[in-house]
This record gives sequence, C-alpha cells and structure tokens, in this order.
Amino acid sequence: MRERGQSGARLLVVDDNKVNRLLLTRSLELQGHSVASAENGRVALEALRREAFDLLLLDMEMPEMDGFQVLEQLKGDLALRDLPVVVTSSLEGIQNVVRCIELGAEDYLQKPVNVVLLKARVGASLEKKRLRDQQKELVRRFAAPEVADALQQSGFELGGKRVQGTVMFADIRGFTSLAESQPPEETIELLNTYYTLMFDAIGGHGGIVSQIAGDGLMAIFGAPLPLPGHADAAVRTAIDMIEMIELFCAEQASAGKPPIRIGIGIATGPMVAGYTGTRERAVYTCIGDTVNVAARLEQHTKVAGRAILIDGTTRDALRADLGADALGAVEIRGKSKLVDVYAVGA
Amino acid sequence: MTPPTIDQATFDELKETAGAAFAVELVDTFLAEAPTMLAELRRAFAAGDADAFRRAAHSLKSNGNTFGAQAFAAMAKALELGGLASVQAAGGAPIAALDEEYARVAAALTEIKRA
Repeated sequence: MRERGQSGARLLVVDDNKVNRLLLTRSLELQGHSVASAENGRVALEALRREAFDLLLLDMEMPEMDGFQVLEQLKGDLALRDLPVVVTSSLEGIQNVVRCIELGAEDYLQKPVNVVLLKARVGASLEKKRLRDQQKELVRRFAAPEVADALQQSGFELGGKRVQGTVMFADIRGFTSLAESQPPEETIELLNTYYTLMFDAIGGHGGIVSQIAGDGLMAIFGAPLPLPGHADAAVRTAIDMIEMIELFCAEQASAGKPPIRIGIGIATGPMVAGYTGTRERAVYTCIGDTVNVAARLEQHTKVAGRAILIDGTTRDALRADLGADALGAVEIRGKSKLVDVYAVGA
Repeated sequence: MTPPTIDQATFDELKETAGAAFAVELVDTFLAEAPTMLAELRRAFAAGDADAFRRAAHSLKSNGNTFGAQAFAAMAKALELGGLASVQAAGGAPIAALDEEYARVAAALTEIKRA
C-alpha cells in the first residue's frame, strides 16, 4: 500500500505490475486525486473493507485474486456494490471486456492508459457516483432503514411508476397561534420532537415520509416498495401517532407548556410514485387523486372534530377491524363525487 | 530498416504526461522488475504453469507498450496469445528471443535515461 496526495477524490489503483501501478497512480495524482494502490485483488478488497474509496481502477490479470474475482466479490457485497470500477487492462479479446462490463464495471480503459481518456472516464464515473450518493442520502433521510436497505438491494429508478398504496397527511391543529404564543426557539424544539415521534411511528409501520413543510407532513405506504396491508399500516400508524401525541402532551403539561393536537387524513388507491424536483433537489413523492383526497380529509378533521379520517377505500382495504365509524358521504373540494368518510379512534 | 528498439514518440509522451523525473524513476522500476518477470516466464514454461506463463507474458507486453518497446511488446503479446503450447512447439526459442530483445530494450532505455 502506498499513499500520496490529498485533494480530489479518493481512488484505489489495483495492479500486480509495479510499473503500471506507479504510472497510473502518478497520472491520477497529477489530476488532483488522492491515490492508494494494491498489488492484487485480495489486498484491494481488504483495503476497500477498511476505508472508503470513491472509485476503483482495476487490472484484470493478477495473481492470487484476479480482476474478475474482485468484480464478483464487489457485486455480492452490499456495502461495496455501488463502488464504481474502471477496468484498466491490456486484456486480449473483446469477450473479456464484455465480461467486465457484465460483471458491473463502469468503464474499460485499454493500457497503456491515455491520460486524456483517463481523466474523462474517471471524471464521469465520479460524477455518477456523486449522483448515486445523493439519491442514497435522500432515501436515507426520508425512508425507514428497512426501506432504504431494500431499495439499495433492488435498486430504484427515477421517474414515475403507477402503484397502489395509501397516503397520509398529518398536521398540527392551531399551529399558527401556538407559534405566536411562544419564542421561535421553543417552536423549533417542539417541531423537532414532533417530527422525531412521527417519523418513528411511520417508519415503524413500513411507511416513508415523503415531505415535511412547516407543521405538516406527507407519508406514503406501499411505495417505493410494495407493502402488503398498506391501508392497515397507515391506520395503525395514525393510531400510534395520536397515542404518542397524548404522551407528549402530558410531558408538555408537566413542563407548563401548551398541549398540541393533530389531524390525520388517509386515502387509498392508485397513484404515481417517483422523484420530482430537479437534479439538485428532489423528493420522493406520490401524485394523483388519492393524494388529493388524503390532503382534503386531513383538512376535514377540523370540521368533523375527529383526529383521524379515512376514505371508504382505505376502510374497505383494512384487514383488521380497527373500529371505523361511518360519517357519511362528504363533498370534497376538487372531487365531483362524494367521498365516504370514516373516523378512527376518539 | 529495422524499427527502433524504443519508439521515441511514445517515450516522449510518457515524459510529458508523467514528468521527466518520474519517467526516469519508472524506467528504473522496469529495469529492476523485468528480470524477475522474465525469470517467472521461464519458470512457468519449465513447470508447465499456463496461467503464470500467460500472466508474465501479459505483464511484459503491458510494460513494453508503456515505454514504446514495440518489438518487445509484440513478442510478449505473441507469447501471451500463443500460450505455453506455442513455445513448447518451438522448443523454447521465443523465450530466448524475448530475452535478447530485452537486453536491447534495457540498453536503449538506459541510454535514453541519461540523455
């Protein structure tokens, strides 16, 4: 192992031939990267499992463990499968290059490596990795750990996908007057506690928080991954959320602080799920009629005087009897047909 | 006219992209490593170790290309592609030829390095 340089990305060069290793390391260092090197696949894997790298430059013909074996190992390793690999080799035969690509290599550079091509390929691979890391970070921030893991395994695509799921909107009642009655610092602290509790409840039932804005949040059950019993999961989450808020209010009261109340609207049906936004800032969200109904039901909790309102489709989809009271058909803004509304809990 | 042992344009490009001092360092590394690789080639040939033979030939070809040692690289490539069997059929002659070409390469590189 040999290390030099500081700026740029952190790269690992693997080549059993010392001249090749030194030359490639030198070229990459001159391009501003920090480079470590390893003399065969086994040593490289040890290094990759010990410290984080942004990119691997891999030779194929090596003793002990060759490049093909390294690619296979990386493919089967959850922590390393997304590491971009640029193969640098002078392998004879196009079928070997094809095999590298099939095994997940990002790109192939013929040796001796042309430095201009090297710069372009390394730059492109690093940019792709940066975008992937950004997506992973989004998933990590908005999804329960299990969902994030599952996504990493199955991979996920940008763009909309038609799914069947359940959407939840939740909002703090009388938040504006609450915010006006106390210093902003206290409001921020309250919101942070509130979100921590709500994220726990949602993640605990397999949902993901898609958006938060002010005191409101939107959660999705059944996307990006299918969730069997998504309607039950959403309603149970809502019940948990109300319980948590009650406990929280007891704490607030003992500290001489005002209680909070929340309203929750839930709807089930088809929706289009996917990333919306720009490259720099995207959120995973759902759009469609089902989403609108959930949002309207959440607003309707004020009128109905009940904390949790669900639509008829959600109620029909429930597998367990969670005690839903029929409130009759309600006219909902933006919908021509009346929506059957049910209340859950107190 | 026989082609030069070392292609000057290739070597100049190496000097330009990696730096003159580094190119000298790299030549020294090659001159230190190549005898071991050639010995490994002979060992693999004697032992009938096809994988090690191909790997050694591959490595020598790759380094030959780096320094512009075109004839040397072409001979090593022929060994890599032909494998053990081709050398056995020729009674080991191609290895001796590669050794001779290496002597010329080493001399030429030492000369260029001084220049």
